[in-house]
Amino acid sequence: MELLGLFNYWVFAVLLMVGFYAVIAKPNMIKKLLGLAIFQAAVFLLYITMDKVEGGTAPIIQAGVDAIYSNPLPQVLILTAIVVGISTTALGLALVVRIHEAYGTIEEDETQQKDLEA
Amino acid sequence: MTALFGIFLLTLLVITAVGIVRARNLFTAVMLTGIFSLLMAANFFILDAADVALTEAAIGAGISTVLLLGALALTPARERPTKSGRWLALTVVALNALVVVYATFEKPRLGDPNAPVHQHVAPWYLEETPKLIDIPNVVTAVLGSYRAYDTLGEVIVVLTAGIGVLFLLGLPGAVGKRRPEDLAQGRTYLSHHLVPQVVGRLVVPFILLFALYVQFHGEYGPGGGFQAGAIFAAGIILYALIEGEREALTLISPRLLMVLMSGGALLYGGVGIVNMLLGGNFLEYSVLAADPVKGQQWGIIAIELGVGITVAGVLLAIYHAFAARGR
Repeated sequence: MELLGLFNYWVFAVLLMVGFYAVIAKPNMIKKLLGLAIFQAAVFLLYITMDKVEGGTAPIIQAGVDAIYSNPLPQVLILTAIVVGISTTALGLALVVRIHEAYGTIEEDETQQKDLEA
Repeated sequence: MTALFGIFLLTLLVITAVGIVRARNLFTAVMLTGIFSLLMAANFFILDAADVALTEAAIGAGISTVLLLGALALTPARERPTKSGRWLALTVVALNALVVVYATFEKPRLGDPNAPVHQHVAPWYLEETPKLIDIPNVVTAVLGSYRAYDTLGEVIVVLTAGIGVLFLLGLPGAVGKRRPEDLAQGRTYLSHHLVPQVVGRLVVPFILLFALYVQFHGEYGPGGGFQAGAIFAAGIILYALIEGEREALTLISPRLLMVLMSGGALLYGGVGIVNMLLGGNFLEYSVLAADPVKGQQWGIIAIELGVGITVAGVLLAIYHAFAARGR
């Protein structure tokens, strides 16, 4: 039961590596971006896992109620990181679209082959 | 019971992630990312992060799926099978995972109140916020006031990413003298389908209303500029999907989008400048009103509005840039 308290961190490790696998092993660029998104989500999970306090509630203070509140700081960091994450993913997708227009493919090995031939 | 539910959700999360990586058809993978984000949002919610869950649900499950589909419409939807280097990659990944899992045995257990992360500034935030700022949502207080420089930086990053996408893909009508009416040539997506159109027309006003609620109630409940901007953009994107690009671009023209993108960030920075003119530090809201607590509240409302405007503008501009490229 004691070890169950680490389950969130194990899932973090697995998700991190599933995303990393897509980035290094898949030549398809959209797949790489999806892998990067999974990697990023794993980091979000790590931070949010750390904010939890046993028996706590969301850090919205109710006057006159003596409650335990979870840590607001990791939440702030991740809240902004999610929005920045989608913006950078969109930038990556825009690059992929332009690469497809220039090379006719979004597989990394094929674009490298075309670079060598040119 | 909550712990059991959490383990169930996390297991589903891992299965979905593996499904995303394994799917040969990229449409399948994109649809799975929507499910992945929704599961992640549910997880955040049971970990007491209501604000983050709201953001993840609006951004991950809503807007990111639409953007990925927009990109897929312009690129091949099938991945070419490949075998080379697969075992090497699997070995590297497995070894890394083992190292990270080994490192977790040193971590404090989930929910441990004595964990180092809860000893530093967090108790100070929770104790002082009612006195210094007097708004219930501590997340908004930290985001808007204590770490306002940080948030300004994030808004600039979002703006920069938006500008980058517009440089790469272009947005017709953003500069120059084209009328919005002839931009999209009546391109429609779901307008031939009766059910999405009827349902969509019904829900769009409520989505926009909810966005405004999330924006202006962010000091009291979960919410704020980031979430509200994303929900507002999602509402307008749904409008564009059911009524057509032209109608959406007539409603909010590309030029107006440019103004919104930069205007929000300018409003945020402007609040900081006003504080300096009134004799305070950059983004020190206490000088905005005679009562420092009231000043803090005014400052947070103003900068949250700036955040919301920029986020909505950037996300909409990115969506329209992908949609316009498809012609």
